[in-house]
Amino acid sequence: MTPKVQIENLSVHFSKTEAVKSVNMDVDENSVTAIIGPSGCGKSTLLRSINRMHDLVSGAKVSGKVLLDGESIYEKNVDPVLIRRKIGMVFQKPNPFPAMSIYDNVVAGYKLNNRIKKREADEIVESCLKRVALWDEVKDRLKTSAMDLSGGQQQRLCIARTIAIQPEVILMDEPCSALDPIATYKIEELIDELQERYTIIIVTHNMQQAARVSDITAFMYLGEMVECGPTSKIFTTPENKQTEDYITGRFG
Amino acid sequence: MRSLHLRHFKSGLVVISMIIATIIVLLPLCFIFVNIIKMGLSSLSPEFFTSIPKPPDESGGGVANGLVGSGIMLVISSLIGLPIGILGAVYLSEHRHGTFASFIRFCADVLAGVPSIITGMVAYVLVVVPFKSFSAIAGSVALALIMIPIVLRTAEEQLKMVPDTLREASLALGVPHWRTSLKVILKSAMGGVITGILLSVARIAGETAPLLFTALGNQFWNWKLMQPMAALPLQIFNFAISPYDGWHKLAWGGALVLVIIMFSINLAAKSFGRR
Ligand SMILES: Nc1ncnc2c1ncn2[C@@H]1O[C@H](COP(=O)(O)OP(=O)(O)OP(=O)(O)O)[C@@H](O)[C@H]1O
Ligand SMILES: [Mg+2]
Repeated sequence: MTPKVQIENLSVHFSKTEAVKSVNMDVDENSVTAIIGPSGCGKSTLLRSINRMHDLVSGAKVSGKVLLDGESIYEKNVDPVLIRRKIGMVFQKPNPFPAMSIYDNVVAGYKLNNRIKKREADEIVESCLKRVALWDEVKDRLKTSAMDLSGGQQQRLCIARTIAIQPEVILMDEPCSALDPIATYKIEELIDELQERYTIIIVTHNMQQAARVSDITAFMYLGEMVECGPTSKIFTTPENKQTEDYITGRFG
Repeated sequence: MRSLHLRHFKSGLVVISMIIATIIVLLPLCFIFVNIIKMGLSSLSPEFFTSIPKPPDESGGGVANGLVGSGIMLVISSLIGLPIGILGAVYLSEHRHGTFASFIRFCADVLAGVPSIITGMVAYVLVVVPFKSFSAIAGSVALALIMIPIVLRTAEEQLKMVPDTLREASLALGVPHWRTSLKVILKSAMGGVITGILLSVARIAGETAPLLFTALGNQFWNWKLMQPMAALPLQIFNFAISPYDGWHKLAWGGALVLVIIMFSINLAAKSFGRR
């Protein structure tokens, strides 16, 4: 079986600095992959190159390959918009659309693209909010502003918004870093459930979180992929000295 | 202790000079307001708003054609100027560092600094000469040329303030770039953009010079856009420099109406900016 996402020799440059250096990584379907590493090592940069979010950053240059189901996504004839519909993204800080209601935020991907019927939208809103365990908390105020929600609720709303467009892969960049432990716990539970349908790649600073939610863990340092393997192995018997130092908290 | 006294003294001095400076700034404004109200109020009557100017030897008459003409030209110049200004601003905010964007920005700044009488001459050459007639369209083009750089730069400032996280949220949902620009970025900045629009409308509503040899003015009703059309600022100008008392009265009334219009637009702009 070909991996869902393959990263081959991927490098990302920002004008002068090389933020990601020839990274190779395979991600299997329906797995959770955690990317860990000290601040500034290029985790976000790597993650954002998987759904072509660097396209609009002036000065960013991506070389190497990213394959989705064996197809290269950086080819000239590939539309980044279609790639992003298949590879969704959840950001570090919850970023619901402030001018939209909770309801509209969930179906924002459809509304902004002008294609949804009311009945369909109702169904999507209910099922997605149920899947992120937010339905009971907001079902009586779907038309109120999304900004009235707590940070954790906002982040779950952002996840609902992402799964509403039925992506195949979900990228998460430190989705819990702005949340308290209880909200974090809820998101982790959610990731466990989402794994049945989606392939998930998550960047996290929280080692326990990586250990709890992921099947595969990748350790990055100074733009390079130092080690990548089964989470249990990385956390118990890492092959690389740097990995060991990092997960035992000796640096970073 | 001495130095403390000295400091108090200095501080008092600065406060007093600031108060004086404020009064000096406010004084002309109050003077203008009081004077215009005093002179203009007596001219305001139902007739003033419903009839056209009368010959100088008859009393009464109004500026109805100028009010309507100004309204028509404001609408047309907005139809020309707003799309260009707003879409241009979206382009500028999306291509912040591009060389073409800096070039446009430079052009807009130059255009904003051009004396409005010259803008009128440009519209004369562009519209009046080819169509061989002074016209409302020519006046509107001149006003639009003044409006564009104002809308462009104020809207750009507002658009730039929309956080990147919103743009990314939309892009990551598979929304194309141009849709993101219009439906997410422009929409979130709309309050501020509308403020900019209102301020630019207030600015051109009072412009006289660019209309002198474009719209030209008209003593009568005219609904044809390719014909000379009356405008309130032009009427104020023409009546004020005339030697007739009746027309002077109309000029004062017109000035009062114009000031009230400007004042309301500015208030509206403020309230929009605050939301
Ligand atoms: N838009 C950009 N322009 C220029 N340099 C950038 C840009 N984005 C990231 N970088 C640089 O690339 C390097 C990697 O940044 P990145 O954000 O990927 O780190 P990170 O591992 O996600 O760190 P953190 O854990 O703090 O989020 C850093 O040196 C950063 O300065
Ligand atoms: Mg990061």
